[in-house]
Amino acid sequence: MFTDAPNFDIRNYLRMEMMPHFLCPGCGHGMALRALLWALHELDIDKDKLAVVSGIGCAGRLSAYIDANTFHTTHGRPLAYATGLALARPDLHVVVISGDGDCLAIGGNHLIHACRRNLKLTCLMLNNEIYGMTGGQVSPTTSETRLTTTTPLGNTEPNFDACALATAAGAGFVGREVTRHVPKLKELIKAGLQHPGFAFVEVLSDCTEVYGRKNDMGSSAEMVMRQKSEMRPSVYRDSVDTPFRSTDLPTGILTRNDRPEYGASLRRAAALASKGAH
Amino acid sequence: MNVVDTRRAKPAAKLLSGNAACAAGAIAAGCKFFAGYPITPSSEIAERLATLLPRNNGVFVQMEDEIAAMAAVIGASMGGVKALTATSGPGFSLKQENIGYAAGAEIPCVIVNVMRGGPSTGMPTRPSQADIMQSRYGSHGDYPIIVLAPASAREIYDETIRAFDLAEICRSPVVLLYDQVIAQSSETVALGAAPAAHAERKRASGPRETYKPFAVGADGIPAMARPGDGYRTHTTGLTHGEDGFPTQNPEAVDRNLSRLFTKLDHHRELIDSWETVRCDDADVVIVAIGISARAAKRAVELCRAEGKRVGLFRPITLWPFPEAALREAVKTARAVLVPELNLGQLRHEVERLLGRDRVEGINLINGEPIGPAQIAARASQLASEA
Repeated sequence: MFTDAPNFDIRNYLRMEMMPHFLCPGCGHGMALRALLWALHELDIDKDKLAVVSGIGCAGRLSAYIDANTFHTTHGRPLAYATGLALARPDLHVVVISGDGDCLAIGGNHLIHACRRNLKLTCLMLNNEIYGMTGGQVSPTTSETRLTTTTPLGNTEPNFDACALATAAGAGFVGREVTRHVPKLKELIKAGLQHPGFAFVEVLSDCTEVYGRKNDMGSSAEMVMRQKSEMRPSVYRDSVDTPFRSTDLPTGILTRNDRPEYGASLRRAAALASKGAH
Repeated sequence: MNVVDTRRAKPAAKLLSGNAACAAGAIAAGCKFFAGYPITPSSEIAERLATLLPRNNGVFVQMEDEIAAMAAVIGASMGGVKALTATSGPGFSLKQENIGYAAGAEIPCVIVNVMRGGPSTGMPTRPSQADIMQSRYGSHGDYPIIVLAPASAREIYDETIRAFDLAEICRSPVVLLYDQVIAQSSETVALGAAPAAHAERKRASGPRETYKPFAVGADGIPAMARPGDGYRTHTTGLTHGEDGFPTQNPEAVDRNLSRLFTKLDHHRELIDSWETVRCDDADVVIVAIGISARAAKRAVELCRAEGKRVGLFRPITLWPFPEAALREAVKTARAVLVPELNLGQLRHEVERLLGRDRVEGINLINGEPIGPAQIAARASQLASEA
């Protein structure tokens, strides 16, 4: 039990019958899940009114562990499913859990349009720089030179800065945090959950088994310490700058604006139409 | 099933295209959500509903692509709302992944596919009937699906309503499959009264502790939990057990997947629909859907005027195929003729049921419909030989 969370018992938000979970030892996703559930607890969000929509991959499997209305959808599509759900049921609190492959590769189109539309959703993208579930293939966020099963000579593709992408696409709220700082991550997710429009939260997570091991990044503890020593950001800093990628990986709230929320705009227009205004 | 009374005043006859009739049918059926993506020749459905839904307490959204539109429709239905999307061949291909999800997770939804010529971009403004097999088998894996094939604007209205009812009752995706001629020709349609009652999905009830999302009674249809009602269930595209959680237990997997098929078997009386025209004494029975069936109906008249005993069997429900009704309709027939705007997709199913000996096709894939004279000429010949 974390001493800085005296009133938070994670078991109240987990489906304990689903334990033990299937994440690998040392995987960062458990810390991301803890931060999300802690944030939901502090905001006192009713589990009956909470819908968690996830895609495919390691991150996608997290929804099954949350004691809420949970939807494990198709690869890359959770934002599109969530858009339908949130538009049909504005009374629900809709959270999306996605991974870097799910959200930026196969689901990249849905991400940029969700940012543009600005429907009230909270999207957590758990970025571990790898396709873990399928055995460790290169992803759109894999750092350059890294070894993966499909980049045996080292990754030669530049990677996405997801937060810069989300900001450019118009997301109302964009933030980034590392799994090492669970209380800071919790605060960031809380801010995202409270944002009236689309909130994108990138969580820098670690894949120890099929990424860290392949790249001699040490034990899970050592990988977490790399987050502290900003090892990961420095990897980005050393790489070539591109329009979609910053030279640094800043954390915290990176973008926040009060662009009109899509669902509310839609309902306002419909109310006018029903009155015969046009 | 729960029945909601929506009796309304009888609307007057209107000049409507098939696509407009579809939009009107959706509103009459209680559809409250449409997500789509522009594609010829189905876009009029989206355009109509963009106006109609906001005035009827519903939501219209144009999504970023066909895949997202299908996903949003399923998402809305998971929220408890009747939802529709409409597309044409290339878009239908893109939607197949999520149609499979709806079939496996048993999420009610309606998908309109206005067929165009293919493959690929094909002939967007020309009629085709080449998605007969895609509508049944388009997504990966073994799954059942209901496909309705209306042949007139009036019938599109009725079948759109029936599509929503079947989707809700059977917890299944339902495809409305019709061709560009039916979609974009305007016909005088007496819509009649809006349905006195339409179906609603079976809702979860009772205590949460004893509710199992995929446990069923005799009808094979699980009761669906609505988010917010306190059941907090899990829905997944992975194979799942009665509790809704992923499983690879062979018995549990087999039981749940087999049930997807048997649940439709239990509802065949509701699902099956067909029309027969003068099949009782027919030497030749024509089997056709959509615009080809319209031409075939005229061909039957032409042949009968010559004294040739020709009839028509028209599946209105295409999948599951009304096989018992077909066998009954061809009882006296020594030849069966299948005109269609593809290279033999419907004939393939007819041959599967009747054997190949007496079945032949008329096939056209050049973007033109098959005319009555061409069908009548061959049917008449076959009747003479018979």
